[in-house]
Parts: sequence; C-alpha cells; structure tokens
Amino acid sequence: MIQIGLIVNPVAGLGGSVGLKGTDGMVEEALRRGAEPLSNERAKTALRGLLPLKDEAVIYTGSGDLGEASARSLGFETQVLHETSGSTGAGDTRALAKKLALRGVDLILFAGGDGTAADMYEAIGEKHPVLGIPTGVKIYSPVYATTPAAAGELARLYLTGFRSELEQAEVLDIDEEQYRLGRVDVRLRGYLSVPRKNRLIQGRKAPSLLSEQAAADAIAAAVIRDMEQDVCYLIGAGTTTYRVTERLGLAGTLIGVDLICNKQLIEADVYGSRILELAAGRPLKLVLTVTGGQGFLLGRGNQQLTPAVLQAVGKDNIIVIATQLKLASLGGRPLLLDTGSEETDRELSGYYKVIAGHNRYIAAKAE
Amino acid sequence: MKRIDRSKKVRTGFHQAKWDEPIIFELSTPGERGVSVPKASAAVAAAVGDGISDLPDHLKRKERVNLPEISQNRVLRHYMRLSQMTLGADVNIEIGQGTCTMKYSPKVNEQLARLVADMHPLQDEDTVQGMLQMYYEMDLYMREISGLDKFTFQPGGGSQAIFLMASMVRGYFESIGEADQRTEVITTLYSHPSDAAAPAVTGYDIVYVQPDPDTGLPDLEAFKAVCSEKTAAFMVANPEDTGLFNGHIKELVDYAHSVGALCCYDQANGNAVLGVARAKEAGFDMCHFNLHKTFSSPHGCSGPACGAAGVVEKLIPFLPVPSVEFDGKKYRLECDFADEEHGVSKVRAFMGVAPVVLRAYCWIRMLGPNGLWQVTKTAVLNNNYLFKRMMSIPGISAYYEDGNNQRVEQCRYTMEQVTKDTGITSGDVQRRMMDFGMHFWTSHHPYYLPEPITLEPTESPSKKDIDEYVDTVAHIIQECYQTPDIVKAAPHRSTIHQVDERWMDDPDGWAITWKIYNRKYK
Ligand SMILES: Cc1ncc(COP(=O)(O)O)c(C=O)c1O
Repeated sequence: MIQIGLIVNPVAGLGGSVGLKGTDGMVEEALRRGAEPLSNERAKTALRGLLPLKDEAVIYTGSGDLGEASARSLGFETQVLHETSGSTGAGDTRALAKKLALRGVDLILFAGGDGTAADMYEAIGEKHPVLGIPTGVKIYSPVYATTPAAAGELARLYLTGFRSELEQAEVLDIDEEQYRLGRVDVRLRGYLSVPRKNRLIQGRKAPSLLSEQAAADAIAAAVIRDMEQDVCYLIGAGTTTYRVTERLGLAGTLIGVDLICNKQLIEADVYGSRILELAAGRPLKLVLTVTGGQGFLLGRGNQQLTPAVLQAVGKDNIIVIATQLKLASLGGRPLLLDTGSEETDRELSGYYKVIAGHNRYIAAKAE
Repeated sequence: MKRIDRSKKVRTGFHQAKWDEPIIFELSTPGERGVSVPKASAAVAAAVGDGISDLPDHLKRKERVNLPEISQNRVLRHYMRLSQMTLGADVNIEIGQGTCTMKYSPKVNEQLARLVADMHPLQDEDTVQGMLQMYYEMDLYMREISGLDKFTFQPGGGSQAIFLMASMVRGYFESIGEADQRTEVITTLYSHPSDAAAPAVTGYDIVYVQPDPDTGLPDLEAFKAVCSEKTAAFMVANPEDTGLFNGHIKELVDYAHSVGALCCYDQANGNAVLGVARAKEAGFDMCHFNLHKTFSSPHGCSGPACGAAGVVEKLIPFLPVPSVEFDGKKYRLECDFADEEHGVSKVRAFMGVAPVVLRAYCWIRMLGPNGLWQVTKTAVLNNNYLFKRMMSIPGISAYYEDGNNQRVEQCRYTMEQVTKDTGITSGDVQRRMMDFGMHFWTSHHPYYLPEPITLEPTESPSKKDIDEYVDTVAHIIQECYQTPDIVKAAPHRSTIHQVDERWMDDPDGWAITWKIYNRKYK
C-alpha cells in the first residue's frame, strides 16, 4: 500500500483575491471583502493527479477541511489521524505533520503558502519527504510545485518510483517591510526534502543588481512612452513594474496592483471586482512582470487579478516586462500561469513579446 | 649547477611585469618635446607662408591642443612598460578568449601589410593598381567562400558590418515601399550582442528568440510566433556562442523569407565553416566575416579591423561605394552599381582598413582552398580534443549535451557544480588564470548560462599547448576545493590586483577619458 499524507491549510490564499498580502490574522477581513476559500479546491486538483493510484493508496489526513473532505470526495481510502473542532490553525498543521511523520507515510502533501511551509519545517524538520501544493498568497519557497496540477504529477512520479531522488529545498519568508521599501529581502527559515524534478518545482527568487535597476528603468520608460490616452493601465506587483509607477511620480504600491489612467493614479492597491468598477468600461491594459527565479506571470503575489479581470483585459492587452537577466534565470523554462481558472490559463497561454529594454523584446512562452 | 626541474605541469612561477606606471597625461611636463621642429628657412617661408594663416578659419583651433608634452625616450619607455603589462596574443596560449578566434597571425603577413603605410587613399588609380587588384580578388575569394554575389570591405569591424547589413535592410525595404511596415529585427540570445545592438542603432525594434532548453538552438516555435509582416530581418550567428552549429538554420531562414523578411548571417566567427558550409546554401541574403578573426588579422581591443560584408545579387545596389572593377586591363573604382536614393553609400571613409584586408589576402593566398578547409578541420578537431579534456575536470560540464550535437570550433562550458560546492565563481577563476599568464573568458552579460566559461582554441595551438591550458584550469579547479582563499583573492601575480567591481556597472562612476576622470574625481 502507498501511504500518502495530506495536510490542507483551508484558509490559505484567502487574502489574495481581495488585495491582502497574506492571510495570517486576516481571515475575517478577507471573508468580509467577499473572498472564497479555494485552498481545498486547489488541493483537489493536485489529488486528481493521484487518482491512477487510488486502488493501492491510503491517504492519512486530518478531519474535515484539513484534508479528509477533499480526499473522500475523490473516492480515496482515507484515514483521519488528527481531529479538529471548528476553526483550524497553524497548530493543526504542526500536530498533523508530526503524526504523519511518525506514521512513516511515503510522502506528505501539504497545501498552503510560505507560512504553512514554515510550520511544516518546525514540526518535522528537513528529513521527511514532503511536497507543497501552492494554494497560498505568498509563495516564494521552492518546496512548492509550480501549480497544483504539477504537484499531483510530481507526487505520482515520486510515489511510483519514476523519480526517487530528493533534494533539500528552501523554506523562505519574505520580509514584507523590506519588500515595500523596494528591496526583495528573503529570509531562509529552513529546508524541507522534496522530490527533485527541475521543471515542476518553483525556483528561488533572483536578487537584483545595480545594472538590473538601470535595465528596469529603461523598461519603465518604454512602457510609459507607449501609454495611450484614456486607456486604463493596471500595474501589477513587483519591483520591475513598480518602476513604472515610480517614474510617473505616483504613489503606487510595490506588492499591490495599481490602476492608472492618463498617467494619473486612479487607485492604489485595487483588486478583483473593484478594478472592473473603476475601469467603468474603459479599455484595460495590464502591465505584469515575471517573478525572478520562479517565472510566474500570474497566480503568485497577484491573485487580485481574478479570472474576471483577466478576461476583461484579454491576452493582447497584457504587457509583460522583465529584464534580460531575470528571464535568463528561468533557464528556458516557460512563464507560468496559475490564475485559478484553467480556462483563463489556457486563454492567456502562448507567446509574449516581453519588453526587456528600450526597443528590446524577448519572445517568451507562457503556459 | 644542477639539472633544471621541468616536472611541473603548470607555470607556478609565472609573474607578469608590474610597473606602477602613471597615465601618460600625468607624465606631461610643460614645454617638453619629442621632436624640436626647426623654423622654416626664409626661402621656404616665402614660398608657402607660415603654414597656418592660409587655413580657413573654421579649421583653426581656438585653444591649444591638450596633449601630453613628453620626450621621445619617455614616451617609448611608457608604452614599452604598458606592453609588458599586457597579456598579449604573442605571449600566452590564446585559448581562453572564446568567440574571439585568437589564432596566430603569421608575421610575414604583417610585413606586407605595413607597406600600405606608404600609400594614400586619394592617390590616382593608376598608381595603386596592385592594391586595387588585391581588393578585386579578395571580393572574388569571399564570394567563393560564402556563395554570395558581391562583397564590400568598408566596415571597420564586425559590429560595423552588422550595422551596414541593417542599413541595407532598411534601404531595401525603402526601395520597395515596405520600410514603414517592417519595424522589427529578430535575433537569438546566443548570437553576438551586436546582432541586436547594431540594428537597434539604425532604429529597429529587436526581438530575441531564446534557446530551446534541451538543444540550445533557437526555439523554432518561438521564432515562428514572432515572425510577421513587421519583421524586416533575421540576424543570426551560426555557430552561436555555445559552439553549437544549427544544421536546421535553413528552416528558420525559409520561414523568415515566407513573411517577406531578409536574412543576415553573422559569420564573424567563420572558423568552423570554411570550405564546409556557406551562407548561400543556407539561403541567406547577406553575411559578414571578421577578417580580424577568421582571416588572421589580429583581433585587438577595437583595433584595426574589417567586417567584410557580402550580399546576393538583388541587394548589390545597396552596398556602399566604391567597389573595385576590372575591365581586363585596368582596375578602377566604380560607383555605378549603387541605388543612389536607397543605397547605403558609405559606412566608413575610402576603402576601409586596407592593411587588414591585405593581411587577410596574404593569408588566403598562402593557404589556398584546401588550406582553408584544413584550417576548419584542425580548429574543430582541436576544440573537440579540448572539449574532451575540459569535460573530464571534476565540476566542469556543458549544457545541451542531450542535443546530441557535437561542438564545432568553440564551447561555452559551465562550472556551476564547482560554485555550488565551493562558492567560487567563474569570475574568480578568470582572475586566477591571470596568475598563470592565461586568459579565461566567461560570457557576455547578462550570463544566460550559470558560471560560464567560453573557450576557443582555433587551429593554432599544438596538442601540448592545449594540454598546458587544460592542466592549468584543472590545477585551479583543484585549488577551488583545497585552497579556496587563494582563488578568491586572485590575481596575486598579475599587473593589478582585484578591482572593486561594485562600481563597474554604475555609469555615473565611469571615467573613460582623462578629461572625464578629472571632472568626476577632482
Ligand atoms: C559572432 C560575432 N559577431 C560580431 C562580433 C563583433 O565584431 P567586432 O568586435 O569586430 O565589432 C563578434 C566579435 O566578437 C562576434 O563574435
């Protein structure tokens, strides 16, 4: 029998679609803003990748939305090792992880974000094989697969012996304050052992250099030069995109999405429905950058851009910007889309002419 | 007296000269002269005046020229010292500067090339028939080597030849009324940076195609996705910096043609293809060769150079003028072929850098067709021997091994593993190689492959030379593991110690002339 551990942080990702930078301590605010819990839905996407193993696998997990419900709904044989009553928290993740490690399951799948990964590390350290299903807002740690579906695929490859190698991947925490000051400052919390498969695990974020800043300035100038009258521009999260807002002298945000029209700030830190409300039928364009090292275009740090917003924008109106070095750090891997809607991912996939400088573009594929 | 110990494989006793030499402006003493020019005699002065008053006003300086004032022996000493502090091509085993084709340039060619110093480009055609014949025949040789229909030798370097190709592209599309529509030039990430920079200078938008992560060759699907009616040209090197030859380049060329674009072949590094593959058969409309690499003129830092650029028949009217023609009796300069409205007419004065062309001419004449082919065969053999030996050094490997595509004349390696194990980067090893009197080039920036090393042996080194080079690399890689601090603090035996690289990419801190240095740092 294959023994699979499953831990779902059910509130992970809740803040993202409503413009919050994380979910810790923000659950009520997120729910008030109309966020819908999606962590279990995304965990199920990963579990679907394990359906071929259904007859020979048992899933050990926690009760209810800690994993039991999702596993059972797909017809897996499920055993509950940890009971919760009512609301769950980090304590549940840690307790369940300990029990799963003790039980000696073959692989623990855990769904959440950087905070969840830190809890995993605290509970069981770096020895036990684990793999993250990305469902949180903030995911910088390369212990996560690139998408929930990729997590399922990688887990299956590992559990069936096609990939037996493990590697130590970092559990990272980004210092949000530094981030707001314009510096991506990443702290290392520890390591987890994850199955190795180059393309299916998130790469670490790349640092910035002085010449990188000059390149980012040239890119910002190019974006501003081409801005059209009466078109609304959504400026996505990230240091490269932030240069655009900065260069225009506007009080935008570094990790939020800002709405600009005719070089004036309409509103900073906008999200989902609010964006459509503010654009009020005017044409929308979206300026995005790629997360360094990982290569995410959508779905990490910019969940405010909901499928509805992205539908309204459309692929042709997405302007992707990134320095040559940042793209190079992807080593030829495609840009990644994980908008939460497979249909939207599909519509936005294909080649983009990424603006990499003054009159310079790099053809890059998104998928 | 005892027997000299020659058992060491590497030159641990090397030390480069270090003279602590000031900049020549700092050596200047007011009034000091190299030559005291006597005043003209009364008779001469009566005949030609003072030599200055007759000049038109706009040609006269308003202020004194700001040059160092220094005597002959001090000038000579200064430059001799600098030359000793330079790791020149004639003193080291030049394998370490991949993509530069640092082959040996026979000194006899140098002697002939110096004859050009006694000529002037404005001399009457009748008095320079030999020189014109040389240009004429060079054109014929380059046609044979490339398969294209006519060459110019005007560009003073590879990048200028690329600039010329981009200018001809523009001229051509102007002539057929498509210049406004075709605003983009496509190139590849592993082509030389000038393949993007030069067309950008002529006003084109540049679209890069990235390599396929498995084969390292340009991603065909991406290429097709960006080709459109906006594409003016496809500019590409082949082999690229990785040393991989794209045997399917014609597929890209054909596709570019299908959207109406022109295709330009950067053959600056032609050492892998002489007598083997030609621009014509791959379908290119233009190409250029660096005579100062493949054709054995020394490849100095922006030194005298020539980018020989050739075109197919339909593009001849866009070549710069003049060309050399021959009527069976006499060689003459000719401008008739040019499209006066859309042609490029000039990228450089007169006929380009004549000594470089002459050197290349001598080289071709001495080798003959079979000799050229032999050059390529030897260069590729040398590189594959180097490749085998480099790959056997623990921690050194190469990307795109899966592509099953043998390297041709050069290779970009990676020492990623060494860096992971020891924290020592290819930049560190580059500096440490100086301690053994050798170059070791990493890559253009930004690095596309991690911890890159780019090496190209050419046909010149002996097996022993290659062995010494690889033994030295292996020695240093071993140091990375055993005595890493020595490598990190290198160079120790070179002319200068480590420079503070933090400022290197800050344009505000750069001082590229004495004048700017004084403005910024005084
Ligand atoms: C492939 C390639 N193209 C173009 C050039 C530019 O030639 P140059 O240095 O003469 O401008 C080089 C020079 O290194 C090169 O390697």
